[in-house]
Amino acid sequence: MEIPRHWRLQKQRYGLVGEICPHCSAKIFPARDVCPECGGEAKEPFRFSGKGSIYSYTVMNNAPVGFERGLPYTIALVKLDEGPTVTAQLTDLGANKVEIGMPVQMVTRRIKEDGDERGMLIYGYKFRPVMG
Amino acid sequence: MEKVYIAGIGQTAVGELWKRSLESLSNEAIQGALKEAGKPEVDALYAGNLLASAASSQANLGVKIATNSGLDGIETMTTEAGEASGAAALRLGYLAVRSGYVRTALVVGVEKYTDIVGSSVENVISQTMDYDFEAMQGLTPLGQAGLLMARYLDSYHPPREALGALPILAHANAINNPYAMYRRAISTDAYHKAGLVCDPLNLYDAAPYADGAAALLITSDEKLSQTAEKAPIEITASTSTIDALALHDRPDALAFSAVTISVQKALARAGVSWSEIDLFELWDAYSIFGILSVEACGLAAHGEGWRWLAEDDHSPKGRLPLVTMGGNKARGFPLGAAGVYQAVEAVQQLRGEAGANQVDGAKTAMIQAMGGPASNVITHIFSKL
Ligand SMILES: [Zn+2]
Repeated sequence: MEIPRHWRLQKQRYGLVGEICPHCSAKIFPARDVCPECGGEAKEPFRFSGKGSIYSYTVMNNAPVGFERGLPYTIALVKLDEGPTVTAQLTDLGANKVEIGMPVQMVTRRIKEDGDERGMLIYGYKFRPVMG
Repeated sequence: MEKVYIAGIGQTAVGELWKRSLESLSNEAIQGALKEAGKPEVDALYAGNLLASAASSQANLGVKIATNSGLDGIETMTTEAGEASGAAALRLGYLAVRSGYVRTALVVGVEKYTDIVGSSVENVISQTMDYDFEAMQGLTPLGQAGLLMARYLDSYHPPREALGALPILAHANAINNPYAMYRRAISTDAYHKAGLVCDPLNLYDAAPYADGAAALLITSDEKLSQTAEKAPIEITASTSTIDALALHDRPDALAFSAVTISVQKALARAGVSWSEIDLFELWDAYSIFGILSVEACGLAAHGEGWRWLAEDDHSPKGRLPLVTMGGNKARGFPLGAAGVYQAVEAVQQLRGEAGANQVDGAKTAMIQAMGGPASNVITHIFSKL
């Protein structure tokens, strides 16, 4: 259904690859054409460490089509150590109680089943609590 | 530049209107507005709508609506600005009339969310977010509101039940609005006990999606404004401002900075201060949006909006009345039509036609619509002549 689109975004989703601004060194995620900090052209890829902390979170009890299998799931705004914030699901929570400020680490997981007959699975970043 | 008057209003009851079509709802509202204005010649129709392309497989909706209402040969366009689509249609109409290029225009907001059922409703409404980086993670607009509320509670520690002030007020006001979807009060206790939908956000924190249509007849024609059935209302300010589409792309998600800019510009344009605003139809798609909005408007300090809403009187008899006809929460939330409903309700107040909810001596009203969590904010000020 949306295969070209997922292919295009694969790197960003699998590896949390954004950009570093060649003009002001701002770290940018997701990638964009103009640096939000200095207005210069942004184009140099940058792989984020995947380390961050929870800025906010909520629990989804109803999901759009393609996400129902994960219900209920916790979704968070994760502030990356390098600066930007991303929206992502939390995973591998176990008995951990989620809290704002909690350190988390990026992992690659299945995030969605696409709705066509071939049942394409889409993988991308989620975040789990930092162990220890 | 021309002055822009509202010479007619119309609206349908809001609800789950399974049997009605987009164009039939629109026509009911259009005929109401045309009748009040003495059925003038119309040059243009601007239609605000969010879902029709996805939910009803209908693009170029303005033409469909105009044709159904017998408005052949006029200009028409359809505006989409998320849930602020109706307010965007009003702004487009305002710009057209103010410029002098269009003399008389209809502004129609219409929504028909019941053309789809089940989980796909969330998919369609989630198109208002950043699809690649919010929706693709399984977030929905409801989830965005949950994220904002969780951060707000953690940052400022208000009593949880205090966040119910706005939905409770909206329901109390809707009792006297014959067009409203939920004409019944809710208690603080009921609010407190309501089921969580996106922890910490509960069922009463979210405005219910609904169907409905509302219309305005706007004109620069002073003669028309004199012959119309009702005294005309002037649109004295119209502003529109954006923020990043995704919550995560903002330096401070709780700031709602587009609200701040849009309101400051609107007050300056109209040449009024908050003390001269007699009522404020703010955007209560979610209770937390209302709280962040009054903070961003400068009505309360950051972290104090919940207190301003809970402890001051904002009923129609209060110091600054809000959501006077029930707001999105209790009038019902017809998404892309909601901005035009706000306009209709403000006109009712300024004309003195708001019945039991009448704000005494109302001369100036502000209305404000949002696409997403203040991703775009459209503010209008109306004044009685
Ligand atoms: Zn830069």
